[in-house]
Amino acid sequence: MTAVLTRPAEAGRVAPAGKRRRKWVGWSFAAPFTVLFLVFALLPVIASLVMSVTDMRATDLRTPLSVNFVGLDNYTRLFSDDLFVRSAINTLVFVGLGVPLTIVAAMAAANGLNSGLIRFRALFRVGFYLPVVTSIVAIAVIWRFLLDPEAGLVNNLLAQVGITGPNWLGDTSTSLGSIIVMAAWRNFGSLMVIFLAALQGIPTDLYEAARLDGAGRWQQFRRITLPLMRPALLFGAVITGIGYLQLFEEPLVMTQGGPLSSTLSVSYHIYNQFGFGNYGYAAAASYVLFVAVVALSVLQFRLLGSRDD
Amino acid sequence: MTRDRVAKLSLYAILVAGLLVVVGPFLWMLLSSFKTEAEIRSVPPTWWPSTWSLGNYRDLFDRLDFPQYFANSAIVAVLVTLGNLLFCSLLGYALAKLDFPGRKALFLVVLGMLMVPGMVTFVPQFVLVSNMGLANSYAGLVLPFLAGPFGVFLMRQFLLAVPDDLIEAARVDGAGEWRIFWRVVLPLCKPALATLGILTFLSSWNNFLWPLVVATTDDKYTLPVALALYAIGQNRIYYGLLLAGAVVVVLPVLIVFLALQRHFMRGIATTGLK
Repeated sequence: MTAVLTRPAEAGRVAPAGKRRRKWVGWSFAAPFTVLFLVFALLPVIASLVMSVTDMRATDLRTPLSVNFVGLDNYTRLFSDDLFVRSAINTLVFVGLGVPLTIVAAMAAANGLNSGLIRFRALFRVGFYLPVVTSIVAIAVIWRFLLDPEAGLVNNLLAQVGITGPNWLGDTSTSLGSIIVMAAWRNFGSLMVIFLAALQGIPTDLYEAARLDGAGRWQQFRRITLPLMRPALLFGAVITGIGYLQLFEEPLVMTQGGPLSSTLSVSYHIYNQFGFGNYGYAAAASYVLFVAVVALSVLQFRLLGSRDD
Repeated sequence: MTRDRVAKLSLYAILVAGLLVVVGPFLWMLLSSFKTEAEIRSVPPTWWPSTWSLGNYRDLFDRLDFPQYFANSAIVAVLVTLGNLLFCSLLGYALAKLDFPGRKALFLVVLGMLMVPGMVTFVPQFVLVSNMGLANSYAGLVLPFLAGPFGVFLMRQFLLAVPDDLIEAARVDGAGEWRIFWRVVLPLCKPALATLGILTFLSSWNNFLWPLVVATTDDKYTLPVALALYAIGQNRIYYGLLLAGAVVVVLPVLIVFLALQRHFMRGIATTGLK
């Protein structure tokens, strides 16, 4: 009945009364998510920030008001903590080598699958994507077998060509490298899908025109594919970088951060500090990581413009 | 002509080599899960089992309580998925199609959450869940994941592309806002809901750190947690059991993925997230 009465007003310009009603309708849709989000996401983010400027430890949990405000002490201590510096270097090496490796593998796979003369394309795509959807624990089980110094497939394949493979995960000179290769192996499939979508958006007549002008495959790739893929490549580099900055599960399940902290990442260091009960200190370290991720994200928005709307 | 064939053959060779590097380890895992313990430990390793045995899979039941872990993983993943489908489509619709005070700020805050590293929220979340008395419960495993920012982003982007006329027409016909949502908006969202559903289910199924710290007794372990704790906690590890367990973790994912891969690929290609 009311709907019938208000219809003429709504059909023209929205009447003030209808508009006010609509306001609360909007919130009734937003409320369920917002309540959960406030309690389980926003509150923890703020709690972490507050913790980071206190000397809170696990033993203070029952009397949280007894902790002391220590200002930026936790933050300044971080940079004189050898283990934190070590974990930051490891993480930067992981990002610096892992991101290019992942991108090159994804680019190669995407271009191979997009070249038009491939049959069984779906099979290849599913195969390359399989590690992305696999539990890290299952991957760890497989890879620890592969990299076993004696019984592992990798070293036995190397032995057949006369090379004595190292103790990949147990030697400080190869442990981080092994984690990098494993992460690239695990993650390149998702970038491949993004790159494939971008490749399919390049008009084919561009290539035809280039062929008529006598351009070879490599020249076509360099002069057409790469420049037109630039936004997708940048986007891929940044989201992979953001993910890799938070490296944690791979060393947790493969090396427990060892040997001799050679695979200790920033996230892993934070996790350990929480484990030791140093809540304030760990929270400060997590905010340093947060700042690094935000910096990378800002870089993305700067380089690509807003992807929103 | 011949140059083209050479190019084609070398392309195939490279792709097949790549496929072997990626899928080979999975094949080896599957084959080895049927080997005896002695054969798995043999040097050099074998590919094809010399004798096929189901002993490792029987051990999953005899030495561990795998049906329970499997059920836990499934219960948690289904609840998390249903929650995200409902809450994210509600908020996504409100953000895309309804005007309400604070809309823009809410969207920015939710979007900003995508940048927050897991380690920032990890301990406060754990303290919160423990203080609510929800440690080692399904509620504790599910609640922090019910409302994910990624789903809101996905649903909002999808709904922005839906023409306002459809919703406006229903409004003119006198349908209430909630009726419009259930009868008009949700049916339109099927493709986006499918994508969100699959991605959420998988990330919950594979989730590791949170259930590792929240589930403290055997009857609440999810599959990855049970497998990881077995691998590090036992004096004598049966490698065959580990491999069979890994197969059981991967298999449901593989089936879901193969059946619905189109939705996956679209979701990843449009949002760039997994």
